Amino acid sequence: MMDFIVIPILALLAATAVTVARIRNLWAAVMFTGIYSFLSASWMLILDAPDVAFTEAAVGAGITTILMLATLSLTPRRHRKSGRLSSEDFEERPSKSPLFPLLIVTITGCALVYGTFDMPHFGDPNAPIQVYPQPSFVEKSQPDMHGLPNVVTAVLASYRGYDTLGETAVIFTAGIAVLLILRKNTDDQGSSESQSVTGENA
Amino acid sequence: MTDFLGLYNYWIVIFLMMTGFYIVIARENLIKTIIGLNIFQTSVFLLYITMGKVTHGTAPILRESHGGEGHGSEHHGAESHSVEHGQELHAATEGHLDSGVEAVTEIYSNPIPSVLMLTAIVVGIATTALALALVVRIREEYGTIEEDEILEMDRNS
Repeated sequence: MMDFIVIPILALLAATAVTVARIRNLWAAVMFTGIYSFLSASWMLILDAPDVAFTEAAVGAGITTILMLATLSLTPRRHRKSGRLSSEDFEERPSKSPLFPLLIVTITGCALVYGTFDMPHFGDPNAPIQVYPQPSFVEKSQPDMHGLPNVVTAVLASYRGYDTLGETAVIFTAGIAVLLILRKNTDDQGSSESQSVTGENA
Repeated sequence: MTDFLGLYNYWIVIFLMMTGFYIVIARENLIKTIIGLNIFQTSVFLLYITMGKVTHGTAPILRESHGGEGHGSEHHGAESHSVEHGQELHAATEGHLDSGVEAVTEIYSNPIPSVLMLTAIVVGIATTALALALVVRIREEYGTIEEDEILEMDRNS
């Protein structure tokens, strides 16, 4: 029964990824990336990871798309003199022969598929990942967390609390770095190029 | 042949991963490269999440067996209470035969990959934002976001 949902989602995931690789228009590519994130969030929900699915849908499909659209609006191909930007301003140039990258990708993919033959099967309850922490976090969190039902939250905020603190530090650092990179230099009135970009920003 | 059918999830992940890898190495456009990195990253999330799945398992959110009376809204409270009562009755009648089995019957998938990937998603958006900021800065300096044109300008200067 579940296969009727899973198989179309996986097929759509693969088709979307290939479309992103093939399409030239960057606006469309960004939109397909959002669709890709949302489809992978759907698969994560089926794979019993609702917390990751929500985060992926909000961050991967939401914030990433917004950031990429903002970047696109700041980086059109030609700088316009007047009038509206057309979709050709966000067109990628046709690239050189794709045969060599395809060869590399195929070889790497075959090596990885060869590596999966030693992996535990999908859903195997005796896989190493399932048996290792012997009183598992699911069993341990019940007395430790005084009845907090969501084990993912318990592990994230309590057992791995320092890691989450470090993650917050990473976000903070990235935010500072973005501000420093994008800061407008007021003292040097740069080239006409940077002025035109500033004009588009306003 | 049936031995390999249980590995299909890894193969799909590898296909998605290689698509992202192809975008990264074959395309000259910087924004397209970042999109490829994003696709690669999401496929790594999927790789971890598929490893945490257990057949017939459910999301690792514990069913409230005890200590659940304190919270819950008014009209939901009564409903859940009656359900809980039913479960307790069930446990009381069957408790003599197989006590303690009830707690074991629920199968949960592994929460640890979910936790790791939650952290990875948030760190991923931070690196993506940084990369996009760098692209905007490069566009201001060079006037283009095509990698070979930028390299040519560097060589000529």
